[in-house]
Amino acid sequence: MDLRLTAKEKRFREEVRDFIATNLPEDIRSHLRAGHPPTKDHIVRWHRILNTRGWATAHWPKEWGGAGLSPVERMILTEEIFLAPAPTPLVFNSSMIGPVIIQFGSEEQKRQFLPKIANLDIWFCQGFSEPDAGSDLASLRTLARRDGDHYVVTGQKIWTTMAHHADWMFCLVRTDPAAKKQVGISMLLIDMKTPGVTVRPIMSIDGHHHLNEVFLDEVRVPVENRVGEENKGWDYAKFLLGHERTGIAGVGRSKERLSYARELATQVKAGKRPLAEDPCFREQLALIEADLKALEITQLRVVAGHAGHHADKPDPLTSVLKVRGTELYQAVCELACRSAGPAAIAIQPAGGAADELDAAPRWGAALAPSYFYSRAASIYGGSNEIQKNILAKTVLGL
Amino acid sequence: MDFNLKDEQRALQESVTRLLGTHYNFEARNRHAQQDDGWSRDMWARYAELGLLGLPFAEEHGGFGGDAADLMLTMEAFGRVMALEPYLATVVLAGTALRVGGTPSQRADFLPRIADGSLLCAWAHGERDTWHQPSHVTTTAAQDGDTWVLHGAKSLVLHGLSADLLVVSARVRGAADATEGIGLFLVPGDAKGLSKRGYRLLDQTPAAEITLSGVRGRLLGTATEAWPIIERVIETGIAAVCAQAVGAMQAALDLTVDYLNTRQQFGRPIGENQALQHRAAEMLIATEQARSMAMLAAMIVDDPEAQDRARHIAMAKAVIGREARLVGQQAIQLHGGIGMTTEYSAGHYLRHFTVIDQLFGDTAFHVRRLAEEHA
Repeated sequence: MDLRLTAKEKRFREEVRDFIATNLPEDIRSHLRAGHPPTKDHIVRWHRILNTRGWATAHWPKEWGGAGLSPVERMILTEEIFLAPAPTPLVFNSSMIGPVIIQFGSEEQKRQFLPKIANLDIWFCQGFSEPDAGSDLASLRTLARRDGDHYVVTGQKIWTTMAHHADWMFCLVRTDPAAKKQVGISMLLIDMKTPGVTVRPIMSIDGHHHLNEVFLDEVRVPVENRVGEENKGWDYAKFLLGHERTGIAGVGRSKERLSYARELATQVKAGKRPLAEDPCFREQLALIEADLKALEITQLRVVAGHAGHHADKPDPLTSVLKVRGTELYQAVCELACRSAGPAAIAIQPAGGAADELDAAPRWGAALAPSYFYSRAASIYGGSNEIQKNILAKTVLGL
Repeated sequence: MDFNLKDEQRALQESVTRLLGTHYNFEARNRHAQQDDGWSRDMWARYAELGLLGLPFAEEHGGFGGDAADLMLTMEAFGRVMALEPYLATVVLAGTALRVGGTPSQRADFLPRIADGSLLCAWAHGERDTWHQPSHVTTTAAQDGDTWVLHGAKSLVLHGLSADLLVVSARVRGAADATEGIGLFLVPGDAKGLSKRGYRLLDQTPAAEITLSGVRGRLLGTATEAWPIIERVIETGIAAVCAQAVGAMQAALDLTVDYLNTRQQFGRPIGENQALQHRAAEMLIATEQARSMAMLAAMIVDDPEAQDRARHIAMAKAVIGREARLVGQQAIQLHGGIGMTTEYSAGHYLRHFTVIDQLFGDTAFHVRRLAEEHA
């Protein structure tokens, strides 16, 4: 057993660090460091900068613009992006639909979409969830009726992250209502500008607009925009959801928030002395840090392919990473928010007038929103309860 | 980066697991606990045969030349069955003190006898008022010719009653909490002026209170500044009990999952209830996080150069103390009433974890240590 990175891996870390230090625009860095979510412009600009090195799609094959990195190098890249902090490459493009098109798409789809996906010339959103199909995704009801060389799609999607920024949506639709629920599903690529597509915002408790409802009313989609075979969409969705696990633990993200909390605590005065000197605060910090170290090692075990204790069963560690990773991220965000004390509870009007902005303490402005938004982490990506179901059923055999 | 076991390690793991699987079910453990020493001399002989007792020692000392990863595998296997033999006391604690701190002749004299099973040792460091502060030593040692005369009392000495040789810490000079001025001394278990009172810990581990009234001992090694050796022994002990805890956590989880699949209520196995499945999944998550930390501790403890060694060891002990408690408590909850009974093994894991948490500093102690670094 040996935990150390090789000399080559260390050099790669240095290379990534240097690249980020040189190329990450300061306005993006400081915006994220304060805890605000990245804007569309931030995400696009940074994604394109990463793409100059193939690092926006590092895990794609080289022929389609990937970087040919080893699993450990990919982990290092992800960590360093989180630590910067910089926006991560758009997950819908690089980790979800990109690999699916590479694996199952037609030659024409590959040529048409992959370069644009890699450079974020096209922004994809994910049209999976529906009002009655969340964790039970296969219950989706959006109907695609064949009409000549088109599908006519009618239904509703919900929780569609960033749909208001998206140019295209990869969408699960029901093409055979009579079949068993997992069988009659297909995957379509839908241009968001097609008549009949309506996006309605859902505001979340952090005060931001991340989520949407998408209504599809007799939307005509050319048959050539179907990915793979008809009625095989469920297989592609499973591939897509299981494809990219690097970064699921969010170790870098939590470390970065933790270092921000520590930095804040040296500035926040609790009476005469800084919060950083409070033993209770320091112990909370120390315990989260220790838990993060454990998570980091667990992540290394996953990346290094260290089989769990049951070599003949699915690797339980992936779900462990999801559950613990999100719990720890939430713990850090909450700690940072509580450290700001009363300064965290004033609402900052986005783009408000100067006198409004000056009326409230401003430096804690992003902390409560990021604490609130962190609560989503244990819901999306397969809720933590679903992860525990997976662990119980497939690993423990319950 | 490599988490895989070498072939020899896999072979070691298999043979230890097989040995304990044959001879160390819960009933056998209870029988061993009933013996005078509170453990099994037969098993000790088998460990010697397998080479486990010389695992960390050099081949010239009858050892195996193994590293902390070998020790981790062994302690994990012992943890699975909550083995009672003085492995931690003799091989890990006293063995490390002798291996790291002994003179060449002390090593040549004692290590081969530990390896062949003929010498039992104990680590007599803690005192009644130590709490978790490892530099708190009030036992004194004064030089008299080429021996030393020791006065004081040692508390919670694991396997102190059966030990042929004690490694005793005593203050040569300095204030009660100073890390400077502490020496380590070798004292025969039957030395004149030495009295022992034996008892059992919560998990049946034998321990003893030891009083030293003008006991004669020899200096371990040549220096009376033994703090680095003490730290090394404690860190090795922490890595070992972390692995032991992981073995016991896995065993508690396996036992609980079997029970959930077997026990019927309302006409179906109770394991079909999602509320219970989620508790079992949380036990699994806790066990895997603990396993990661035990691996970290094992990998770093042998590397005196490693930056952050002390910090990572403290992190491991803090995390594992808490995770093990969770596993022990949930094992009882999921077993229901039977988990509360002494004749069934489930509840004994919590007793075991409670003991492990208190050895070498509990979760709160290590968290506080880590927190002070941020000061």
